[in-house]
Amino acid sequence: MKLTDPLTVIAPDGSTPGHDPKLSDDELVYCYRTMLRVRAFDDTCMKLQRSGRIGFSIPNRGIEATQVGAASALRKTDWLFPSYRDFGMALYHGITSLEMMNNMYGNAADTSKGRQMPVHFGFTDPIKWVSISSPIGTHIPQAVGAAYAMQYRGEDHVALASFGDGGTSSLGFHSGLNFAGVWKAPVVFLCQNNGWAISCPSEKQTASQGYAIKGRAYGVPGIVVDGNDLLAVRQAMLEAVDRARTGGGPTIIEAVTFRMGGHSTSDDPTKYVPKEELEAWAAKDPVARFERYLEGRGLWTKEHAEAMYAEAMEEIGAAARKAEDTPAPGLETIFSDVFEEVPEHLRKQGQAAFDLASRKGDAAGGGGEFPL
Amino acid sequence: MANMTLIQAVNDGLKTAMRTDESVLVFGEDVGPKGGVFLATEGLTSEFGERRCFDTPLSEDGIVGTAVGMAINGLKPVAEIQFQDFIFPAFDQIVSEAAKFRYRSGGLYTVPMVIRTPYGGGIRGGLYHSQSGEAYFCHTPGLKVVIPSNPHDAKGLLLASIADPDPVLFLEPKALYRAVKGEVPDGHYTVDLSTLRTAREGSDVTVFCYGAMVPVCMQAAERAAELGIEAQIMDLRTLMPLDEEGVLEAAKRTGRVVVVHEAPRFCGYGAEISALIAEHAIEYMEAPVARVTGFDTPFPNTLEHHYLPDDRRVLDAIEHVHNY
Repeated sequence: MKLTDPLTVIAPDGSTPGHDPKLSDDELVYCYRTMLRVRAFDDTCMKLQRSGRIGFSIPNRGIEATQVGAASALRKTDWLFPSYRDFGMALYHGITSLEMMNNMYGNAADTSKGRQMPVHFGFTDPIKWVSISSPIGTHIPQAVGAAYAMQYRGEDHVALASFGDGGTSSLGFHSGLNFAGVWKAPVVFLCQNNGWAISCPSEKQTASQGYAIKGRAYGVPGIVVDGNDLLAVRQAMLEAVDRARTGGGPTIIEAVTFRMGGHSTSDDPTKYVPKEELEAWAAKDPVARFERYLEGRGLWTKEHAEAMYAEAMEEIGAAARKAEDTPAPGLETIFSDVFEEVPEHLRKQGQAAFDLASRKGDAAGGGGEFPL
Repeated sequence: MANMTLIQAVNDGLKTAMRTDESVLVFGEDVGPKGGVFLATEGLTSEFGERRCFDTPLSEDGIVGTAVGMAINGLKPVAEIQFQDFIFPAFDQIVSEAAKFRYRSGGLYTVPMVIRTPYGGGIRGGLYHSQSGEAYFCHTPGLKVVIPSNPHDAKGLLLASIADPDPVLFLEPKALYRAVKGEVPDGHYTVDLSTLRTAREGSDVTVFCYGAMVPVCMQAAERAAELGIEAQIMDLRTLMPLDEEGVLEAAKRTGRVVVVHEAPRFCGYGAEISALIAEHAIEYMEAPVARVTGFDTPFPNTLEHHYLPDDRRVLDAIEHVHNY
């Protein structure tokens, strides 16, 4: 097999001859349900953004199998350094739709206290979901550092750094892989090759034969998997995670998949993604693929699936309503958490902002439409 | 108590921190067996082993990026950037990551780490071994910026920085590494961050300075004294967060202020001190604030002694504000 031939487990007809997913029936259905919840979350956010109730979201359609397959290989003691397009990993590990919606609205219950844009989640419970920043690739060496700390303390934990194909061009990708290779750090690099970095196709990103191969020069073994095949992603992840836990060092996994939506809710992909490409990938839908697999095992019916999706829409709609009803953070949150203690100059600036508000009234809320 | 150079005090501070806390790690380019290009980390690998003091690949982004990851996961990294001039590949990690983690995560993730790096001129290092980039970093909310000027403060401020819950950029005046000696207490002690030091009492003119400019200003003050002008020399020590009250108090005491730094003038740290005084103490001022700084040029090599503020230039400014 060439390095660039993707590992596949689920055949187009849903069969997996001789494969053991190492998941119970309930766990398999849980994986499927998580993918449906991602879809429901996406569908809800699109409506919320179109009706002006939230400013921005990131569509996950097409990537669900990569997200859930990867997440299923991790324990709660592992650390996630996610990208912004990883909703399925959050939902899989029990981060609630309400916690995510609080961030979408930037309300007082948002863990980032309304400071971050939507989808820039940060959680510590029930799993370490390291706060996301917008610059691309900066989290990759951080995952390696966190992994070094695990190794230093003799823990068998793993750090997962997840990023897109565009992320492989970033400074952090190269320093991260290089350091991880030298340190044999317990880290897994998951490159979600979804074909497009905003409007930039892979051939403009790299002249390399794919992305997993980029690990080779850093001494980091690489594997390409079919990213629309949940069980293939899971298998590659299980092997990589096991290697990391047992002192074997880092792995790079390239999950070949496709972003079926825009880069964000503000982006119109029909302007640059060829129609034929989109249609070809629509036929390889990861949720439908897993449905055929479950059906073959007697774990799927259309009615059950529809009921699960309807239930998810209801749950997520309720979360959105609750998040919308939660007030905005207080003015004081602008000035806290810059440092552990509020220094004198910030205390004065905060006091001045309060004084001004009492003399001249609150600042008018701006509209502000995010362009990207 | 021992008599030490500034670089020995840094070394002693690192050893003290590593002896008291196993989570303190020291790493960077050539910091391992070689002990760093200035020998700040000499003896650390042999005493603490390669897991706690080690060489890294030649990548400032990787050094700081991995340090951030260690810090959010419970370690206390003390990363070295070989020269401050080389820090810019790590600018994103410092400015967008280390400085913003606490804020953006609502306090869930914090980055208690120190980045040590030698800054400033005086070693004939030309454009890329001489710069003073403190202003770039002081402009970044969430980052502390500390600059010692003597061995006692170097160790005490370094230990305070390592104990601090927030990221600290610790800029070491390389021109002073071996040029100053002083008494340094044994064992663990700290010098509080955000506190000023009165390096010299004087009632006629107040001079604000830090790092390698402190001895220069002390020299200028001695020459001013010969002319009958008593200059008060204030060593700022922590540039961010600054003890603003302390600065204003010192400025008001004389009503005549000189600010000295070797970094370029435009948007330099002196502009902030000057603005602070203009906003809050203008009615106490007997003369406009004078700035003595590097020029708004890249840092020259052969003529660096013309670029760097020296006692002549500081004395000239002291006389100017005194006679205004």
